[in-house]
Amino acid sequence: MSLADQLLQYLITGVSVGMVYGLVGLGITIIFNATGIINFAQGEFVMLGGMIAVALTAARLPLAAAVILAVAAVTMVALVTERLAIRPLRGASVIPLIIATIGVSLILQGGAKLVWGPEAVRLPAFSGEQPIRIGGGGIDPQRLWVMGLAALSVAAVQLFFKYTLAGKAMRACAINRAAARLVGISIDRMVRLSFAMSAALAALGGVVLTPVALMQCSQGTHYTLTGFLAAVLGGLGSGLGAVLGGILLGIVESLSAGFISSGYSKAIALAVALVVLWWRPEGLVRRRQA
Amino acid sequence: MSLLRLSSITADYGGLQALRGISLHANEGEITALLGANGAGKSTILNVICGVVPPRSGQVIFDEENITGLAPERLVQKGLTQVPEGRQVFGELSVRDNLLLGAYSRLHRGDRSQVHQDLEEICRLFPVLREASSRRAGTLSGGEQQMLAIGRALMSAPRLLLLDEPSSGLAPMAMAEVFRKIEALRELGTTILLVEQNVSAALQIADRGYVLEVGQMVLEGSCDELLSNRDVRRAYLGKDYEEV
Repeated sequence: MSLADQLLQYLITGVSVGMVYGLVGLGITIIFNATGIINFAQGEFVMLGGMIAVALTAARLPLAAAVILAVAAVTMVALVTERLAIRPLRGASVIPLIIATIGVSLILQGGAKLVWGPEAVRLPAFSGEQPIRIGGGGIDPQRLWVMGLAALSVAAVQLFFKYTLAGKAMRACAINRAAARLVGISIDRMVRLSFAMSAALAALGGVVLTPVALMQCSQGTHYTLTGFLAAVLGGLGSGLGAVLGGILLGIVESLSAGFISSGYSKAIALAVALVVLWWRPEGLVRRRQA
Repeated sequence: MSLLRLSSITADYGGLQALRGISLHANEGEITALLGANGAGKSTILNVICGVVPPRSGQVIFDEENITGLAPERLVQKGLTQVPEGRQVFGELSVRDNLLLGAYSRLHRGDRSQVHQDLEEICRLFPVLREASSRRAGTLSGGEQQMLAIGRALMSAPRLLLLDEPSSGLAPMAMAEVFRKIEALRELGTTILLVEQNVSAALQIADRGYVLEVGQMVLEGSCDELLSNRDVRRAYLGKDYEEV
């Protein structure tokens, strides 16, 4: 394989993993905009999506049904999380709420380990394992699924915020929560909606990535941290910024795993993120002022 | 007939007792002015009515129903909407979206056609909002933003409109325009509770008024009575002893 072929491979791997980081970052941004808190359980939704889909296919459900049910189940988990861990703390300041999300992540991770054990599991690929040949190398078709579904979800989220009443109400909440309450927008409903949406995004990312990246119960933390970093790189508040940040992190990680060492890839991605933030502390996408 | 009645409300704000036994009422179809200096507790009264600040004791009665402590979004559904101080429009959203969000709970219930009729009516009342329909609300002037804030509140089809310092930060021309619109709203049948620091402007359009000093009502009466009251003239209208 020539260097150019290798580079293409690494880029596709990086962009596809990066788009899943982007989905996590987008979810973190949505919850941050609605509530002002950082949900440190976000990566667990990725993990749960993958693990539940694997369990459902193991129970002989068709793959498509398993994918849809896994996303729905994780959305339910997020709604229960919101009800049991977030709503009782209504009126508390941001720090206790963030600590509550860390508690939730530990519970979800521990619970998943009790149910499924610590081993890595794998989901069958959506449309076969036969690589699509390009030049001297090949692309795993699952990578196209990852990129395609992630891009579709991001587009759907953008349309939701731009054109629907609920989407506009969520933006109003992000701009001015007190005024949003006074015009009659139920903040509780917006918070529920933000948890449901971001969990569905993360779960979809987890399900679609599991055929190529494997999944294990302890991996949620990595997705949380990388997704959080993606959201910060994007300027914390901009959904598209978070997606861009995620793709950047995925590419850096993949290139350094390919050309340097997989042992250092995550550290290198973190270092690059720090350099970017040093250069642009406001993030890649400048937020428009209200 | 009074649409809103507060009886013996006490409330704390920032650890201090901000309201000490406040009673007032707003008659249907009238403008009731709530006057007083900065820090007298006027905004706290509005926040108690709107369910943002829970009172320590006392009752808020709206249309013969006890609404004390209900959440703001429930009160909007019941027909009681506040235009917050400083306008608080959603700057990054378009003027039209700001107005539609004012009707959020009605649209959520599926009241679509009536809402669009009201949108038309509000644009007739505030032509500037129709012209600026697709502009971002943050790009409007202060006076236009105040019109938008009032229009947004009207989109909830309120029976009682609470206006918190509508004149604050406005140039005299813009302020006069806003006050003319408030009078026009009364003609359309909306009951208004108007909180103002600009006492003379408020008394010119209001029917009745209350004067609040450090958390207590010190005066109440028709606007004519208040305008001719020695203390009001001296303390709020800038008249000298001789003129009084």
